[in-house]
Amino acid sequence: MLKLSELIVPLFVIGILLYGFLKKVNLYDSFLIGAKNGLVTIFHIAPAVIAMVFATNLFLKSNFLGYFFSFLSPILNLVHVPIEVLSMALIRPISGTASLAVMNNLFSLYGPDSFVGRLASTLQGCTDTTIYVLALYFGSIKVKNTRHALSAGLFADFVGIVAAFVITFLFFG
Amino acid sequence: MVTFIWIFFIVVGSLTFCVTGHLKELNSFILSGGKDGIELLLEMMPLLVLWTGIMQIAEDSGLLEKFSNLLRPFLSKLFPSLPRNHPALGYIASNICANALGLGSAATPFGLKAMECMQNDNPHKECATEAMVTFLVLNTGGVTIVPTTVISLRMIHGSVNPTEIIITSILATLCSNVSGLIFDYIKRRKKLAKT
Repeated sequence: MLKLSELIVPLFVIGILLYGFLKKVNLYDSFLIGAKNGLVTIFHIAPAVIAMVFATNLFLKSNFLGYFFSFLSPILNLVHVPIEVLSMALIRPISGTASLAVMNNLFSLYGPDSFVGRLASTLQGCTDTTIYVLALYFGSIKVKNTRHALSAGLFADFVGIVAAFVITFLFFG
Repeated sequence: MVTFIWIFFIVVGSLTFCVTGHLKELNSFILSGGKDGIELLLEMMPLLVLWTGIMQIAEDSGLLEKFSNLLRPFLSKLFPSLPRNHPALGYIASNICANALGLGSAATPFGLKAMECMQNDNPHKECATEAMVTFLVLNTGGVTIVPTTVISLRMIHGSVNPTEIIITSILATLCSNVSGLIFDYIKRRKKLAKT
């Protein structure tokens, strides 16, 4: 499975180049035009990326979530929910690298084959960084009114998190 | 809404720093925090430039259109507002495929390009179109089929069966995506009913 995934990208690139060659596209010129547009895109997304990364890092570094969960821990202990997994579930929509770091930590503490480890793996796999993706994609084209994109995205995340708990429990619990 | 979250993060984060007495850290972070964003951009740049270049070849040769034809029955249901031959569809298809294969960073250039194509036909440039919202719901749900990073981390930590979480991930992803799309569908129907 892993070997196959290592083949996909090279085959994809070679396939595109060969097809373009057969269709007599001027490959090099096409590439340069596209690459130039890519550079323009980077400049367009730069303000949104810098703004969002700054705010999320400030929030995560302040350890607000840590205090929040230690405040909640007496209640959570009653229902046997591991606090670390819950904080990972909350961080997941905000930052991909931060939730990966939490998952890595959980693997060291409980092991990847424990219930917590499997739950964390499922959580990491099941959603994406909603808030970052929204800021990036809408920021790149300067759309200000995002309509119901955020509420729909967060709703999907919430369902995904609940589903991850239930499914992991059914499969491995 | 994104504005609200942005302000919430900064205000709550700063207040937490103040209340817990870490003013020094807060000060140094405000002065240097922009660096992380620039680093991320620099990390993305080579890949993005390379992929947009290669995808330009795919677009010029007509391969991208062929590819989106394959996914057309599925895409036209999801994006009824986009015309059949809309250029954004090819990029949307590529984005979904790259995401599904767990190539998250390769998916971003396609996604950005798809947004750009949809924005070209947008009559109100500051307001998101229906297709854009649906596309983002699909994207934020993360349609990962093979979560490569998770599997490799599990391997590093000595898991007996690193790939056993693929099936649970797929099931959870399905729940999350389907509920997001239903939410989006209901919102769209409501708006239609109003007008």
